[in-house]
Amino acid sequence: MIEFTDEQIERYSRHIILKEVGGKGQEKIAAARVLVIGAGGLGCPVAYYLAAAGVGTLGIVDSDAVDLSNLQRQILHHTPDVGRPKVQSAGEKLSALNPDVRVVPHRQRLTSQNVLSVIADYDIVVDGTDNFPARFLINDACVLSGKPLVHGGILRFEGQLTTILPGRGPCYRCLFPEPPPPGFVPSCQEAGVLGAIAGVIGTLQATEVLKLILGIGETLAGYLLTVDLLTMEFRRVRIPKNAECEVCGEHPSILAPFDYRRRTINHARNARRPRSPVVGIPPTHVAGPPGRTRIT
Amino acid sequence: MSITVRIPAPLQAVAGNRLEVEADGGTIAELLADLDNRFPGFRQRVYDETGRLRRFLNVYVNQEDIRFLSGETTPIKDGDEVSIVPAVAGG
Repeated sequence: MIEFTDEQIERYSRHIILKEVGGKGQEKIAAARVLVIGAGGLGCPVAYYLAAAGVGTLGIVDSDAVDLSNLQRQILHHTPDVGRPKVQSAGEKLSALNPDVRVVPHRQRLTSQNVLSVIADYDIVVDGTDNFPARFLINDACVLSGKPLVHGGILRFEGQLTTILPGRGPCYRCLFPEPPPPGFVPSCQEAGVLGAIAGVIGTLQATEVLKLILGIGETLAGYLLTVDLLTMEFRRVRIPKNAECEVCGEHPSILAPFDYRRRTINHARNARRPRSPVVGIPPTHVAGPPGRTRIT
Repeated sequence: MSITVRIPAPLQAVAGNRLEVEADGGTIAELLADLDNRFPGFRQRVYDETGRLRRFLNVYVNQEDIRFLSGETTPIKDGDEVSIVPAVAGG
């Protein structure tokens, strides 16, 4: 049982007045431990709203430093933060917004070696990463450890969102059995991204987390929400649970997390390499800043 | 007969930079073949070298994933809406 001070009751009064939240719900939020993976376009709005809501423990995972090109959408990082570790920059803003929140920085890249131990201390995981190997690693780790996962992805003017409840519904691998080979689907660095789509999808991810904590409403478990900001169309398609899913199906072959980059390379050695990227923009058309290979 | 097909961001460049196109066909396979006729190169973006639909991309008929209907032989009719949805990793 958490005893709120008068100041906290005032801070959270607009939540407490909601009958779906109330004092009991606000206590659940204060007791919750949420891990946000990636302090980039998605992770910033997710963490910002969760901190404002009073989530008791907020873990932030990111190994990168703030880049000037991040500031167009990564709203926790400000101009003077360029060059600073993202977990530090994000942590300061979140603590300034709400000192009630215990922010736990994890300045590291998740791998098959550390992912289970990092997520172990949290109740809910949010995927705000920027690459396919990380997304499949996080999905597998959450399925294997039974952690609810709120997944979001963005590109150009479009976004995708789903909530994964291991053991109770389909996982990301039921939706997409495997990631594209490197170079097949462009990144935001290659194809661009409207800053505001990160806010749209990120705030929807934060909403899903709060609903999971509070046990209210209907989440996107079993559904993929696709958002197109050019047409303002929000569509929900069903994700059936795949009995043949390699990680959550009836006869799973993935019994421990593995690093996709390595496995993809191993596969690529055995397979014919495609002559050009099959989906999206060939890397030769990429006009990225020199000396950089990835972006968040 | 005409079916509306929603084209995702990574495929728009090969589909005349359009978000939505009209195509014909009685099944998903015929519809995708029609799109390849009109937009050369479309097929190799949607199928892999073995002729199988790429595993990081789904096709939906009116919100239902064809993998759980009849795959590429899933029948479609006038007025149906088909969406192609690839995995998107940006964040």
